[in-house]
Amino acid sequence: MRRIEKVILPLVTAAVVILAWHLVVVGVQATVFPSPLAVGRAMLELLEEGRLWRSIRDSLMRVGAGYGLALLLGVPTGMLLGWYVSLNRVANPVIQILRPISPLAWMPLAVIWFGVSNAAPIFLIFLASFFPIVVAAANGVRGVPRMYLQASQNFGLSAAMMFRRVLFPAILPRVMVGLRVALGIAWLVVVAAEMIAVDSGLGYLIIDARNAGKRYDLVVSGMILIGIIGLILDVLMRSAEGLESVRWGFRKE
Amino acid sequence: MKSRDEKPSSFLLDEKQSKTSRAKVQIRDLAMTFRSDSSSVEVLRNINLEVFPGEFVCILGPSGCGKSTLLNLVGGFIQPTGGEITIDGERVTGPDRRRIFVFQERGVFPWLTVEGNIAFGLFNLSSREKETTIRRYVQLVGLSGFEKAYPQELSGGMKQRLEVARALAVNPDVLYLDEPFGALDSITRLLMRSELLRIWEAEKKTILFVTHDIEESVQLADRVVVMTARPAQIRRIVEIDIPHPRDLSSPRYIELRDSIFEEIGLAHKV
Repeated sequence: MRRIEKVILPLVTAAVVILAWHLVVVGVQATVFPSPLAVGRAMLELLEEGRLWRSIRDSLMRVGAGYGLALLLGVPTGMLLGWYVSLNRVANPVIQILRPISPLAWMPLAVIWFGVSNAAPIFLIFLASFFPIVVAAANGVRGVPRMYLQASQNFGLSAAMMFRRVLFPAILPRVMVGLRVALGIAWLVVVAAEMIAVDSGLGYLIIDARNAGKRYDLVVSGMILIGIIGLILDVLMRSAEGLESVRWGFRKE
Repeated sequence: MKSRDEKPSSFLLDEKQSKTSRAKVQIRDLAMTFRSDSSSVEVLRNINLEVFPGEFVCILGPSGCGKSTLLNLVGGFIQPTGGEITIDGERVTGPDRRRIFVFQERGVFPWLTVEGNIAFGLFNLSSREKETTIRRYVQLVGLSGFEKAYPQELSGGMKQRLEVARALAVNPDVLYLDEPFGALDSITRLLMRSELLRIWEAEKKTILFVTHDIEESVQLADRVVVMTARPAQIRRIVEIDIPHPRDLSSPRYIELRDSIFEEIGLAHKV
């Protein structure tokens, strides 16, 4: 009963939304905004042309590169900042000023530096995800219970062993939360970046459909694809929070 | 005349020396004052104590008196502002894996299984030795069948036993226990005390055990070190001359317990 509800209720919601959408479009005789049927046809068109998978692939590839880089550099950076108080005092003003700048504000500079190439959006995605990851890792380190560190000292672990065997696993649940936030932001940023800096991907699909013939059915198809993929990414991140090595951090005692 | 004067003093010196060489832990004129820019708090004053090999010593005092600070000093986690601590004649300058500190149950690593926690300090062993050691201590603390379980799947008492196992696995000579049963319910606490005594008798470790529970100290210790309020000094050292297992309704137990209650200035009535 409960499990059926879990599947059926969201499907009912989706059906109601699509129906309402259809009725409104037909009712007001909208000329710009497409009906669900038109969007469905546009989606098939994208699929047949092969643009659907190409766009998705290009966007995901850019997110993967920029986000992956941010992950590889951000976690160690955050751990060092969290551990060495004086290093944090030096770096913190810079981070705090850079952090509130929307990554999109870097766009003109990114285009000058990297030209119209993959590197520009990858750079923006890197910037967008780097800071949330650094902050999560640094806060994680500051929140590690002292007794874990004392125990590690007591058993005679070297500093390198302590980082790897105590500090890193101890902050992993908090870092996972930061990673999830960062991936959400990265997915927002890739769409915007692709509208300007490159000529492929889901962001480009949307802007191109509008510029090259006011194909709003394609615009809305692109939007829906972005929504679905964003949802899938978030579900994947959430399921990573269920992994054995981080699950302990999400339990209430 | 002169020779008669010398004799007792040299006799005293001899006795002192022989005791010194026998003592496992020796605390001399220990003082600790925490200073910040604006204030200073004197926590410990003039502490002198010797703990002998294989002895079970309870440090008993009111909450916040500084007994945990004392244990942290002996453990080498902080440095005293006066006096010194030697173990086996060697001055304590930092933590050491020959002497393991056991915290309240939250000291186990939640990201490691029971096995993983016990193996935590065994990084110098081959995987075969590791396995043997793990099996031995899982059995000793009664966690057989839970080797693959994570701490959050264990009860409070089991977590505490796991931490004791993790400590014992590196074969230390001394265990420091800082109110280890403080977070447990009273029935579990009673069981844990007899478990700890069983393990102590099997493993022959020297134990320093901090508690604010008078009954607990009289049930466990060979000697109870009664502390004053802050700045903590040693008020009295009570020898508990009752063999284990102790009968908690025996006249001697009640006498010793009540003498400590009196010492602390509590009427033992509710």
